Amino acid sequence: MSEAVQLDKDPYAIPLEEFDVSDARLFMEDSHWGYFERLRKEDPVHYCKDSLFGPYWSITRFNDIMEIEKNHEVFSSEGGITLADRPADFQTVNFISLDPPRHDVQRKAVTGVVAPMNLAKLEPIIRERAEKILDSLPIGEEFNWVDLVSIELTTQMLATLFDFPFEDRRKLTFWSDMATGGELNGGPIPETERRAALLECLEVFTGLWNERVHRDPSEAIDLITMMAHNPNTQDMDPMEYLGNLILLIVGGNDTTRNSISGGVYFLNQFPEEFAKVKNDHSLIPTMVPEIIRYQTPLAYMRRRATQDYEIRGKTIKAGDKVAMWYVSANRDDEVIENPDQFIIDRKTPRHHMSFGFGIHRCMGNRLAEMQLRIIWEEILKRFDHIEVTGEPERVQSSFVKGYTELNTILHAK
Amino acid sequence: MPTVKFIEFNGTEHTVDANNGESIMVAATSNLVPGIDADCGGECSCATCHVLIDAEWRAKLEPTTDTEESMLDLNPDRTEDSRLSCQIIVSDALDGIVVNLPEFQY
Repeated sequence: MSEAVQLDKDPYAIPLEEFDVSDARLFMEDSHWGYFERLRKEDPVHYCKDSLFGPYWSITRFNDIMEIEKNHEVFSSEGGITLADRPADFQTVNFISLDPPRHDVQRKAVTGVVAPMNLAKLEPIIRERAEKILDSLPIGEEFNWVDLVSIELTTQMLATLFDFPFEDRRKLTFWSDMATGGELNGGPIPETERRAALLECLEVFTGLWNERVHRDPSEAIDLITMMAHNPNTQDMDPMEYLGNLILLIVGGNDTTRNSISGGVYFLNQFPEEFAKVKNDHSLIPTMVPEIIRYQTPLAYMRRRATQDYEIRGKTIKAGDKVAMWYVSANRDDEVIENPDQFIIDRKTPRHHMSFGFGIHRCMGNRLAEMQLRIIWEEILKRFDHIEVTGEPERVQSSFVKGYTELNTILHAK
Repeated sequence: MPTVKFIEFNGTEHTVDANNGESIMVAATSNLVPGIDADCGGECSCATCHVLIDAEWRAKLEPTTDTEESMLDLNPDRTEDSRLSCQIIVSDALDGIVVNLPEFQY
């Protein structure tokens, strides 16, 4: 369907064999929902024979994705987690795109930074920064929530995790956007520009690495010192270092950023849910995972079959690419009751697909939840409500599901 | 009906009746024992139902599968007592089992 995305067309009027749900425009226009609904119903294991990324399978039901997530021997992550194949002359490598055993040792080298003990130390820092950001916002005037709040808070957090020069922190945002927005992934950024930005990122971080090898790892808790002193990561080659940096930058930035913006948007779409949490702040801990489900900040993860595999009567062939559409699983009414409704007091709100499952499950999921919890606690303390003044602008990507603009007006208590 | 004794990290004890054939995780969550998240719902794929079981009781359990092993291994706080409670099935042989809860789930 590369030519014929037919955004204005009813997805039920297009033949299934023409479906290409990897088209970034579907997400930018927020018109992907009907396509996934139809796939879940009529062709939950769907083969697209031609796309920007070549042929690929789409898995759209919750339980089928779970089956594939758990089978990391058949469904390999080697080669990358997005549908785009990495160019042969620019092969960044990171632990999310490795299989065991290399995956396990590299992941363990950095898990400590988001370990619960460390999160307890980070909580007061995040709260103080959230307070400062919220106290600096204009009241009664329109502004872009994405820029002044979502990006600011998550980028400050990321700078803290890396112990990155604080005044240069927006570089992290820039590199994150470059890493995911490339034309090879269906985004707007030319490949030459993307590579130049990422090489700049590597250069800056190489400087930090050279400084951190002299730090005492028993005292420093930043990610770079951890990697520079862990036997499993200290000898990474530059492209491996860059790959892991991008993973941590995107993972620690983009996803939480878009969930912060998404929450504001959803609470405007569902005013009765806002009224609930406004009257009862103890609902914040169950609202947070619901925001993450409803947003699904990463729309899919890719695997590649290492052998033929039968699922729902179809045969995925060895070597085929498989997209597990988290965005669809999170709306699967076989598993989630009333999935199209945003409901902040669900009984099992964490039973969603946004973090993935199995050995590649999101490492920073508790940090993400904590950031969202704190920001909503502080918002509800300060303001009467946040008014969304128009439809958001969305990111041109079928992988990162997010917003570039969400205009809002804050109303004082 | 076998009973399971959960001990929270802060020492609070909860003794609950459990049904043969259900998992220890289900026994905890259906009796509102705090400290077990079980995000994946019992699929052995999130490791948020981590529990600690001492050697004596552990000897009576089925050994860990490769899947449980790979999920446990993601947890930097893993000890030799670590198990995933969704993978332990209640039976009469486990009547009275003591299940210690960790300080946090990942």
